[in-house]
Amino acid sequence: MDDLMLNQFLLLGAILFCIGVYGVIARKNTVMVLMSIELILNAVNINLLTFGAANGDVAGAVFALFVIAVAAAEVGVGLAMVLIIYRNRASVDLDDVDSMRG
Amino acid sequence: MVAQNIFFYVIAAGMVGAAVAVVTTRNVVHAALYLIAVFAGVAAQFIILAAEFVAVTQVLIYIGAIMVLMLFGIMLTRARIGRDVDMTNDHWWIGVGTAVLLAAVMGYALIDRWGDDALPAERQVNAVGGSNTATVSDSIFSQYLIPFEIVSVLLLAALVGAIVIARKDR
Repeated sequence: MDDLMLNQFLLLGAILFCIGVYGVIARKNTVMVLMSIELILNAVNINLLTFGAANGDVAGAVFALFVIAVAAAEVGVGLAMVLIIYRNRASVDLDDVDSMRG
Repeated sequence: MVAQNIFFYVIAAGMVGAAVAVVTTRNVVHAALYLIAVFAGVAAQFIILAAEFVAVTQVLIYIGAIMVLMLFGIMLTRARIGRDVDMTNDHWWIGVGTAVLLAAVMGYALIDRWGDDALPAERQVNAVGGSNTATVSDSIFSQYLIPFEIVSVLLLAALVGAIVIARKDR
């Protein structure tokens, strides 16, 4: 219990990832699904920085910064798409977006 | 080291509780506020991992920018503020099964591979200026310059795309 273990960070990332996956599958509201995706991306960032610290390398930190930038872009475009779906269908319920159903 | 462990477990417990609240609460605005708690916890873990620049960026981008966007999205789509009756869909149990299975597989793999590996006690990389921030900036603008430029173009494209998608006069 003295040292910080590699696994405690990796398991924390895995648990956050699984909670995010549950949110993506189970949530109805599109904005809530986007929030769950943010949880998943944060879990990935914890893993990147943990391995970076374990190897004494800053590559993990650099790629975590790239992941943060891509997450910002993803949220911008995703919320724009949610807005246009809401404008066309007056609903952000994922079950209502079923025009691809045959 | 013991203090770091205590901090880790206290913050990790808060993060997991807040994350579960994000995916289970019936109130959209409460979910966004719980998500802010998770992001703050992640930033604290980054500081424990000696990645102070990423921690500051996490606070600025996630808590500062992304959560404001999320709250705007909630407001503009007029999701019912307050308790929402039906936030999870009918096959939520598939999500539970997937998440539990995934957690079991990943937990087994992680414990099997990195069972008792410890992180190095000195986690500052002393290659350039004596701090991780100096080393990160140095490697972004030398070794990872091309990915950095690609991310810049991606952000520009996402900005233009978001405006084009969401504008009204079409």
